[in-house]
Amino acid sequence: MRYNFNWPVIWRNSDKLYNGLLLGLAIAVVALLAGCVIGILLAACRQSRFRVLRLPATVFVEIVRNTPLLLLIFFVYFGLPELGITAFDNVQCFTVTLALYAGAYLTEVFRAGLAAIPVAYIEAGKAIGLTALQRGRYVVLPVLFRIVLPSLSSALISLFKDTALAAAIGVPELTFGARWINVNTFQVLETWTMAAALYLATCYVLAIALRLLERRYAMVR
Amino acid sequence: MLNEAWRARYTLLGGLLTTLEISALVIVLGTIVGVLIGLGLCYGARPLRWALRGYVDIIRGIPSLVLIFFSFYGTALLGLNISAFAAGVLALAAFCAAHVGELTRGAVQSIPHAQTDAARSIGLGFWGRLAYAILPQALRRMLPAWVNIAAEMVKGSTLLSLIGVLDLLLATQQAIARTFLIIQFYVALMVVYFAINFAISRVGAAVERRMAYVRF
Repeated sequence: MRYNFNWPVIWRNSDKLYNGLLLGLAIAVVALLAGCVIGILLAACRQSRFRVLRLPATVFVEIVRNTPLLLLIFFVYFGLPELGITAFDNVQCFTVTLALYAGAYLTEVFRAGLAAIPVAYIEAGKAIGLTALQRGRYVVLPVLFRIVLPSLSSALISLFKDTALAAAIGVPELTFGARWINVNTFQVLETWTMAAALYLATCYVLAIALRLLERRYAMVR
Repeated sequence: MLNEAWRARYTLLGGLLTTLEISALVIVLGTIVGVLIGLGLCYGARPLRWALRGYVDIIRGIPSLVLIFFSFYGTALLGLNISAFAAGVLALAAFCAAHVGELTRGAVQSIPHAQTDAARSIGLGFWGRLAYAILPQALRRMLPAWVNIAAEMVKGSTLLSLIGVLDLLLATQQAIARTFLIIQFYVALMVVYFAINFAISRVGAAVERRMAYVRF
């Protein structure tokens, strides 16, 4: 095998990788935040007394969790215009898809978190005369977030890795940039080593940062 | 819709078979290699342990799509002339093996040490302890998480469509390109994937129930 390593060509094009990395991170963070909102709402729906709320939430979560993410991406990207919704470009389409995907996964996380909140807390809230909304805002949510924090940080990391799939619909993130460099320079090994190293490094930095956050805030049980 | 699906039946069925083939190969290969990796992580000599730890941590930190591209574009350079199918299966199996390896390590280490001591006291050697005491318990503990990994791999098999493997997703996209029945075909595809994954999780639950007599 003869292969000439040519790193400078990667450095020259590395702006594509860095910008892609930042875009991927931004999408992952937005998707996580939106996913949290969706997840909490759906988790609340799934605990509801009313079938009208419970059933659609369950169906949505089960469908999204059992469908490949790539299929969901194509469905939203190619399907929405078919339904007359043409307002989104590919970045927005992907962010929406990832947010829905995150929402479905986080629903389960929040459901488990809600179940782990000691009933005594809620009773205590009732005892000091908080209304249902106040109990949600001042008792349930703060405790819930502390319980699910470790799951949220692993969700963020896996969402960041999932942003690689955005390359399939031409979102200029890290994998897309790497593929561009690959096809234009044929420096295969350097390109993908670099891309893999960037993903790896970002994941580890995220993991360490989030571990610090957890140490500060996570619930000790 | 049904008419068009019927017209494309051979492509679609071929795609479904390819998807099932990829999934089965990846799950079987990944599980076998993964269990070996897990055992290596628990019982291997220090250099082996470090090497495996590095492998597992590196693979788990990289998106599977990047692994697939790496293997697809990279194997040709190494002089290996393998198909896109083989390159994709290789990448996904490596991904699966890392996850199963970590899972096996966790499961094996969760077995109380007293079990090893007991097996040792009745005179079992290392392999005997593994085969009769540790693994039967560890594999049962792995089952729920392993079923999740298997379902993930079925979903991950769609990524091979991006390197041109004619799996169910790509076959459907070809049908869509001809008919423009975008929503209908994608919804039908969701139902199919849902059915596959639902079947896997049902089988997993059944096996779990069957094994439920084990208590620690």
